[in-house]
Amino acid sequence: MTERIERHHYDVVVIGAGGAGLRAAIEARLAGKKTAIISKSLFGKAHTVMAEGGAAAAMGNVNSRDNWQVHFRDTMRGGKFLNNFRMAELHAKEAPARIWELETYGALFDRTPDGRISQRNFGGHEYPRLAHVGDRTGLELIRTLQQKIVSLQQEDKREFGSYDARIRVFAETTITRLLLDGDRIAGAFGYYRESGDFVLFEAPSVVLATGGVGRSYKVTSNSWEYTGDGHALALRSGATLINMEFLQFHPTGMVWPPSVKGILVTESVRGDGGVLKNSDGKRFMFDYVPDVFRKQYAETEAEADRWYTDPDNNRRPPELLPRDEVARAINSEVKAGRGTPAGGVYLDIASRLPAEEIRRRLPSMYHQFKELADVDITAEPMEVGPTCHYVMGGVEVDPDSARAFGHVHGLFAAGEVSGGMHGSNRLGGNSLSDLLVFGKRAGGHAATYVEKLAARPKVALGEVEAAVEEALAPLTRETGESPYALQQDLQVVMGDLVGIIRRRAELQDALARLAELRERVAKVSAAGGRRYNPGWHLALDLQNMLLVSECTALAALEREESRGGHTREDFPAMDPHWRSVNLVCALDDDRVRLTRKPVPAMRPELIGLFDRGELSKYLTDEELNDVDALATQADAAEVVN
Amino acid sequence: MGTSSARDESDGTRQFRIWRGDADGGGLRDYRVQVNEGEVVLDVIHRLQATEAPDLACRWNCKAGKCGSCSVEINGMPKLACMTRMSTFAEDETVSVTPLRTFPIVRDLVTDVSFNYTKARETPAFAPPPQLAPGEYRMQQVDVERSQEFRKCIECFLCQDTCHVIRDHEPNKEAFAGPRYFIRAAELDMHPLDARTDRQAYAQSEQGLGFCNITKCCTEVCPEHIKITDNAIIPMKERVVDRRYDPIVRLGSKIFRRGQDGSPAQGGEQTVNTAKTPTGAVHSHAGGSHDQRAELEAQRGVNWHREVPRPSMPAVDAKGKLPLTELTFDRPAAPSPFGDDVKFPLPVENLNFAHPQQDS
Repeated sequence: MTERIERHHYDVVVIGAGGAGLRAAIEARLAGKKTAIISKSLFGKAHTVMAEGGAAAAMGNVNSRDNWQVHFRDTMRGGKFLNNFRMAELHAKEAPARIWELETYGALFDRTPDGRISQRNFGGHEYPRLAHVGDRTGLELIRTLQQKIVSLQQEDKREFGSYDARIRVFAETTITRLLLDGDRIAGAFGYYRESGDFVLFEAPSVVLATGGVGRSYKVTSNSWEYTGDGHALALRSGATLINMEFLQFHPTGMVWPPSVKGILVTESVRGDGGVLKNSDGKRFMFDYVPDVFRKQYAETEAEADRWYTDPDNNRRPPELLPRDEVARAINSEVKAGRGTPAGGVYLDIASRLPAEEIRRRLPSMYHQFKELADVDITAEPMEVGPTCHYVMGGVEVDPDSARAFGHVHGLFAAGEVSGGMHGSNRLGGNSLSDLLVFGKRAGGHAATYVEKLAARPKVALGEVEAAVEEALAPLTRETGESPYALQQDLQVVMGDLVGIIRRRAELQDALARLAELRERVAKVSAAGGRRYNPGWHLALDLQNMLLVSECTALAALEREESRGGHTREDFPAMDPHWRSVNLVCALDDDRVRLTRKPVPAMRPELIGLFDRGELSKYLTDEELNDVDALATQADAAEVVN
Repeated sequence: MGTSSARDESDGTRQFRIWRGDADGGGLRDYRVQVNEGEVVLDVIHRLQATEAPDLACRWNCKAGKCGSCSVEINGMPKLACMTRMSTFAEDETVSVTPLRTFPIVRDLVTDVSFNYTKARETPAFAPPPQLAPGEYRMQQVDVERSQEFRKCIECFLCQDTCHVIRDHEPNKEAFAGPRYFIRAAELDMHPLDARTDRQAYAQSEQGLGFCNITKCCTEVCPEHIKITDNAIIPMKERVVDRRYDPIVRLGSKIFRRGQDGSPAQGGEQTVNTAKTPTGAVHSHAGGSHDQRAELEAQRGVNWHREVPRPSMPAVDAKGKLPLTELTFDRPAAPSPFGDDVKFPLPVENLNFAHPQQDS
């Protein structure tokens, strides 16, 4: 082999430099392990900066009745009881400590009048719970963790004379393969974006913190990095993915102009009086109120309009239906040919409120449209449509240690790339706290794993050679298609056929097309050289996007019900029998294999946090009988005592 | 929306000049590109990548002005490509896109910005108050807000790119941290619970705060509208001066008055030249250069094509020290950070200030 490869030795390699990755790296370094952080972009640019709302943690600063049990309950409800209960429990218990810890790193959250961390209300959270900094909480989080890493490096510099002695950031570096010694992680192989040179990390443990998969969709709020790298690396090294059918689509993303396609339009636009209209000018949401909601929602425009000023005597306008209902309605209107030129619908607040009032109530939205789109929302309607926002599914992990399941050792996952925590639907604000809670756990347990290791796994030369060949292949082919065209085709398949509303025939069609794309992607060719060549990088990312898309399509076809982030038009209701089923994806010789696995059952004291009436909406009759039996036992025990 | 009429007659293409090349050299290349309504410069770059220039290198991430990755110079002006709308250019205008000039080229529009990360690593981190456990921190909103302004920074490094102390003066980089890290120092200095008390001294002695001559270019390019100069740099400079002021010095300066004129100035590297402050001269708008042409241009507002005055060291005495640290300083109070020759209020016709929201 003539290729020169830079080699590094580390104890823990963290792939991903967003909230989860940085928190994991901090923990591994604090445990005394030599740690590398692999960042696909520059240090501090991760997708975490996009989070606006805040980080959910039951600190009880604003309402002292809040506690971890209430947070746990909200999380399970939000996920429609499909969550891994243990993850939801750990998350609710540990989030406050993780937030307070950030203050010792230098974070400056907004304050309450008595000087504590302020908390704000958010959809699905019973009490004000989100620690926040204006609407840039994610930026604060990433900057704080970034600066904590710098402070650790300064300690190392004092002690060892080098900033990089025990923790080092490899910016603009992409990992293309995890290397195994038998079924143990032995290292990671990748390339520097800047130079195109290859780099090999020999390390017995790897933490995946690579985020989501949104780039496989036409309309997404995600950045180019979100190509499902961690999902694919995990699958290829023998780990499993769960819940891949669950993707969160936000009903109102910007669709016009093209430059901002996918960027979120906050729900408060509708809360403050904004209405949705189709290209005929019709306020169409009245046609889409499902029977179960009929009682709570207005039937006439007049009644809906009265609600804003008199909510006690009038019913809510149908624009305020849950996210999935609104998204479904927008989708139907567009498919029926009543959409806007850019493929969305109109969200109109201009004709509803005086300009001055709009600017006062929605300053950030006014600013966002003015600055990004040159649209004055006080004078003209916005064009909006559903946008792919978050993937609930991901690497199946052990809740306590964040260790990946499947037949691989030394692999850990945290953040959006891991699955289970959010069930079928994530609550706003639970993502940032998820990053911190499970990032810390993953980093700590990766360090412990290394500690207990008797002998270091060895990287096999053959594997490295294969990785080099695989990475260079798109550059050596001259006849293949352009990676940009292929990505566009993939986005069309996923957006049109595995999007927000799914049907059996379309999903089958999608799988056939994905199989076809797989052949074409295998022959992709990238023009140019190796130095900072985005075409080449995309060609390599495409393989990950494709693999993960297959998992999503397969799982979506299998799950014959609608729940949270998975809506089947042919199975529109939630089915209690499906609640206890996780769909698990594994890789068998390059083919995705789907199996069913029971969702872990909640411990009695946690089930006891919910009342029977609520549980009966989600559980099967047999499960309810078990719950009743537990309750009777508990009562009996009480009598005895 | 969607049907703007003005553009219908043309074929919808625009002329672009984009710098292509690497560390070994390169040049501007012409491209004729389709531009659709509502697009920004980054969209055009993406279209080029998807069509005739698949290997055109450009950084980007969020595409919403939140991550600060797509910093380039558009028609010579440091900007975020994702926030520069094509509608801001005339239809027949050629739009040039070039890499950040202050940093070494990697390839095409991508530069090596590691200078910034090096400076970040040198800036001492937040020092937690030892007596407080996590969860015990109490701060008032008004007190955190000052630092929060600086924590809005998205690290796009446009301020670093535009700062003329390092823009065309490579050797200055060693001793100068740049606006991004002045606001970091200011942020920590103003942090209600930071345990360190030497942030200003550090900024002066290690970060090269003294090199800054308050031309406000950094404030002007900041996409987050952080008032870098007014709220961070000037207060830091003022407090540095305060700190160095001492009653004994004041007494001494009354006894031993000594003018600055004629005292030899000390230049550091070849790029730092001698500057004498002519007594009685008018206030300098061009960074204290007192260069006639620069003065005139500065008074007309910031001109991005001007020859920027070279950075200068303040006048120092025979020992190479600033007079204000000497017992022999000639004034009974701290000197003004704006220079000794400025009387307030300034004459209105000489004011050179653009409010960040002024043009929106």
